[in-house]
Amino acid sequence: MTHTISYDVAIVGGGLVGAAIAFGMRSLGSRLVVLDEGDVAFRAARGNFGLIWVQGKGAGLPPYGAWTQRSAREWPRLADELRTGTGIDVALAQPGGIHVCLARDELDRRVASLAALFAQPGFDRYPVEVLDRAGIAARLPGVGADVVGGTWGALDGHCNPLKLLRALHAGVVRAGGAYRSDHAVDGIVPGAESFTLDTAGGRIVARRVVLAAGLGNARLAPMVGLDAPVRPNKGHVIALERVPPFLSLPVETIRQTDEGTVLVGDAQQDLGFDETPGLDVLAAMAARAVRVFPHLAGVRVTRTWAALRVICPDGFPVYEQSAAHPGAFVATCHSGVTLAAAHAYALAPAIASGTLPAAFNPFTAQRFDVSQAA
Amino acid sequence: MFRRLPDADLVAAATVSIVIDGRPFAARAGDTVAAALLAAGRATFRTTPLSGAPRGPYCLMGTCFDCLVTIDDAAGRQACLVAVAPGMRIDTRGGAR
Repeated sequence: MTHTISYDVAIVGGGLVGAAIAFGMRSLGSRLVVLDEGDVAFRAARGNFGLIWVQGKGAGLPPYGAWTQRSAREWPRLADELRTGTGIDVALAQPGGIHVCLARDELDRRVASLAALFAQPGFDRYPVEVLDRAGIAARLPGVGADVVGGTWGALDGHCNPLKLLRALHAGVVRAGGAYRSDHAVDGIVPGAESFTLDTAGGRIVARRVVLAAGLGNARLAPMVGLDAPVRPNKGHVIALERVPPFLSLPVETIRQTDEGTVLVGDAQQDLGFDETPGLDVLAAMAARAVRVFPHLAGVRVTRTWAALRVICPDGFPVYEQSAAHPGAFVATCHSGVTLAAAHAYALAPAIASGTLPAAFNPFTAQRFDVSQAA
Repeated sequence: MFRRLPDADLVAAATVSIVIDGRPFAARAGDTVAAALLAAGRATFRTTPLSGAPRGPYCLMGTCFDCLVTIDDAAGRQACLVAVAPGMRIDTRGGAR
């Protein structure tokens, strides 16, 4: 039995990673398909906080710092192309971002960790400044008495992540690409010159396949000779009511959207596939937010939620081409917003070219194939 | 714009004296603040903090957060979730907090 090759590229996963790669490949037009799950999927793309965040990234893997920095620098182009191409403004702002510290030793540790980060051989340094309390207060009116200082990263910013996802999808579809929801992929069978994907919505055949299925990559990657040891990592978000603009910079765990909503986002928990918000976690986040901005104590909570990050054991992305089946690629990370521009403008063209360049070598999952010392 | 259903008018309901934007109003006992404001002819409950656009109750079931008013000096209360009480002071003029 022979299958008609329906698509040049099938991207498995319609979240921010898959959608950004698809947007970067949209010139394929109708030869591109994005296969997504339904509403019950674990959707990091619909629960995330919306930061474009650079400061602090790259400890232990300098190329990750450079990759993050590159994406942040290319973000304005992405926002422009999305606005021009789809009419959707993703509310990008990159006024810099602040990490606040509420104790002297907390600030000391922050400064030391950034110094160690920048001291790594070959580290492509990005602009970060240490701020004392006066420096923070000048940038953050209304900051609480407990704030002793912090760090400011020039490349940091934020956007509306839901509009980003919608705009990426719209950009792909406007270019003629196909978006298929309710097409959860059950199995992938590599063939001589194509891959056959068995999905909830029927059989799809494509010359190349890109696995961008978030937590699903752990199950799918071995089907094409790849490895994606990702685990769920639970984060929480508190949405407060809309208030007049008071916060012009994102504060890593607190930001005010272009629509006036105040969001508090934090927590990293390895609790498996559990998206239930924890009241104890929310209470701790709220308490800290009120120490940073005491006037938030009078602002009402409208919603809370938890969502699952997609994270590798070392916290870094995996980008890899299958040696056994060279038409298959995997892409997974926990910073789908920050890295969206790099995915669209660097990763997507590389995959489209058929070969991942050596620059991606630091990100292969082979880094996990290390024998344990006795 | 809003009128009570004819059936509702047949029931002789007790009234509750409240204050809307500084002026007395006889609300029907058991009504929510949102219902009382609508009965008083108010469609605009607040303005948005960013653009100043008018907003009124949309879902009337606690979900949309568009019916926010100040009740007894507490800003940002959901008018659809609070029942009127004697002497209650409701303010729709707070605008942006």
